[in-house]
Amino acid sequence: MNMREKIKAAAARYPDQRSAIMPALLIAQKEHGHLPGPVLEEVADILDVERIWVYELATFYTLFHTEPVGVFHLQLCDNVSCMLRGAEDLLRHLEEVLGITKGGTTPDGLFTLSTVECLGACEMAPVMQVGDDYQGDLDIARIDALLDRLRATVGQATGADLAATVPPGE
Amino acid sequence: MFEPILLRNVDVPDGHLLATYRAGGGYQALAKALDEHTPDEIISLVKESNLRGRGGAGFPTGLKWSFVPKRAGKPKYLCCNADEGEPGTFKDRIIMERDPHQLIEGLAISGYAIGAETAYVYIRGEYTLAIQRLEQAIAEAHAKGYLGTRIRGSDFNFVVHIHCGAGAYICGEETAMLDSLEGKRAQPRLKPPFPAVEGLYASPTVINNVETLACVPHIVLRGAGWFRNIGPDKSPGPKLYCLSGQVRKPGLYELPMGTPLRELIEDSGGGPLPGRKIKAVIPGGVSAPLIPAHGLDVGMDFDSLAAAGSMLGSAGVIVIDDSTCMVKVATRIIEFFHHESCGKCTPCREGLNWVVKVLRRVEAGQGVPGDLEQLEALCKGIFGNTFCALGDGAAMGLRAALTHFEHEFVAHIEEHRCPFH
Ligand SMILES: Cc1cc2nc3c(=O)[nH]c(=O)nc-3n(C[C@H](O)[C@H](O)[C@H](O)COP(=O)(O)O)c2cc1C
Ligand code: SF4
Ligand code: FES
Repeated sequence: MNMREKIKAAAARYPDQRSAIMPALLIAQKEHGHLPGPVLEEVADILDVERIWVYELATFYTLFHTEPVGVFHLQLCDNVSCMLRGAEDLLRHLEEVLGITKGGTTPDGLFTLSTVECLGACEMAPVMQVGDDYQGDLDIARIDALLDRLRATVGQATGADLAATVPPGE
Repeated sequence: MFEPILLRNVDVPDGHLLATYRAGGGYQALAKALDEHTPDEIISLVKESNLRGRGGAGFPTGLKWSFVPKRAGKPKYLCCNADEGEPGTFKDRIIMERDPHQLIEGLAISGYAIGAETAYVYIRGEYTLAIQRLEQAIAEAHAKGYLGTRIRGSDFNFVVHIHCGAGAYICGEETAMLDSLEGKRAQPRLKPPFPAVEGLYASPTVINNVETLACVPHIVLRGAGWFRNIGPDKSPGPKLYCLSGQVRKPGLYELPMGTPLRELIEDSGGGPLPGRKIKAVIPGGVSAPLIPAHGLDVGMDFDSLAAAGSMLGSAGVIVIDDSTCMVKVATRIIEFFHHESCGKCTPCREGLNWVVKVLRRVEAGQGVPGDLEQLEALCKGIFGNTFCALGDGAAMGLRAALTHFEHEFVAHIEEHRCPFH
């Protein structure tokens, strides 16, 4: 199914098209990596709803990105349970080895580093979400190994090549 | 040893598949409900069981269901709250990942009881595996006639849809969830009207937590009396406790309601980390006021924790030991609430902003005399004056930290540094 068809299928679950904006934005973000203005307008057109409604949601919910993110989005939980198990040290380490501060993206476009609120996986604290996956029971050695693994999956390709081939967030 | 009820399938290989669920007696409760009971009888049974909502507030489930008007002339909806955003909580995720059919069976029976033909499960978007497993389970249940039209030869029709959240804690508040489902920014609604009368699309709507719904099939199969005999009579049943923080064996544990907090931490959790001592425990997610180490004999149920000045909330139990600075914990919690404030009402939006500023400076050793009084005054301004319970939770939590660990706050101000660094 293409994006339009997927969105139409999602919309069929609701008696009101406005309800389908959130699922539609998630579908669009999977497709495009992030949600720039033209994509938001396309979503509004497919659902035939007010553009302002779509903009409102895209800017309210933190899982929607109106700006591009790296090929790998590292989302480290720093809420209480993870903090109590050393999330701060992991953040410092990640900032150091990636050469960016939280919120930033590496110049090669590979990694975006963010901190997030509780991921609902505190039994494996400290936890980081990488794309769709949860990586738990982290320590510095595991983070290093993880970064190596992620880099290896992309081989010699540059971030720009990847952005074109690998669906961001996967 | 307590025989697990809600978690009996989670460690079974392929526990998320219909075949496994059925092999363990799954969907017998749905068959029994449809064959032997009228919807009203199911509501009475759940009332009699004293089942109380596991989402945080502990509202009696059967009573909530009975508020749904019988003849509405409109469709009725069942919404499952699977937003699970309360820091320290992960029970609903594990049910959906490892035993999604238990939730689906609970949804179908509850839908039958209230007369709903459509359910939406509102799951936080980060829960990719849970979403995938639940989608698969819904498809399987449809294929085998546990969902769909004329279920098991009855005239009951029922479908379940998943709606993914997109990262906003406030969507866990039930009326904000309804706005979010309607495609709006999530902000709590004014009550009344209560959702049971005017909820989703202005139709009668029941909102229940995942764990609440997962209890329902067991009540139907084994009876209200059986359920009420587990734990305290007014707050009974099996209960999922999410144990995390500075404890040897963090994890999800199922024990009777009312299990002493100390037993949970020592027996299930293996006690504090080597060489450390417990300083305080947050018993019900960060909205619940902390309990200092001397209070750990409290029973983990709605009424006992309320009497102890805290709450069971989501049963997210966070253990904090003596290596940890309480000012830092309090600051992080308030930062969370401030970040998640939906902005609808001033005491929460502005008050928490102010509280964060004061706490950050105290934590950094730059606090000034009068800051603690300032914090208390701010709590007073927030508590009881906010539109939803988010603001109250923040104020109550901070007050407990200030009351029980005042000396740590004072030390930061007097020594101009954090004594834990
Ligand atoms: C700020 C806030 C956040 C909440 N978050 C959740 C949540 O993540 N999950 C949940 O089930 N209930 C949450 N609740 C409670 C719901 O509003 C509601 O009481 C509950 O879903 C009702 O289901 P129950 O009766 O089965 O517990 C929250 C309440 C507030 C005020
Ligand atoms: S208390 Fe906070 S979260 Fe609740 S309505 Fe007011 S601003 Fe929104
Ligand atoms: S606090 Fe990090 S996953 Fe819950």
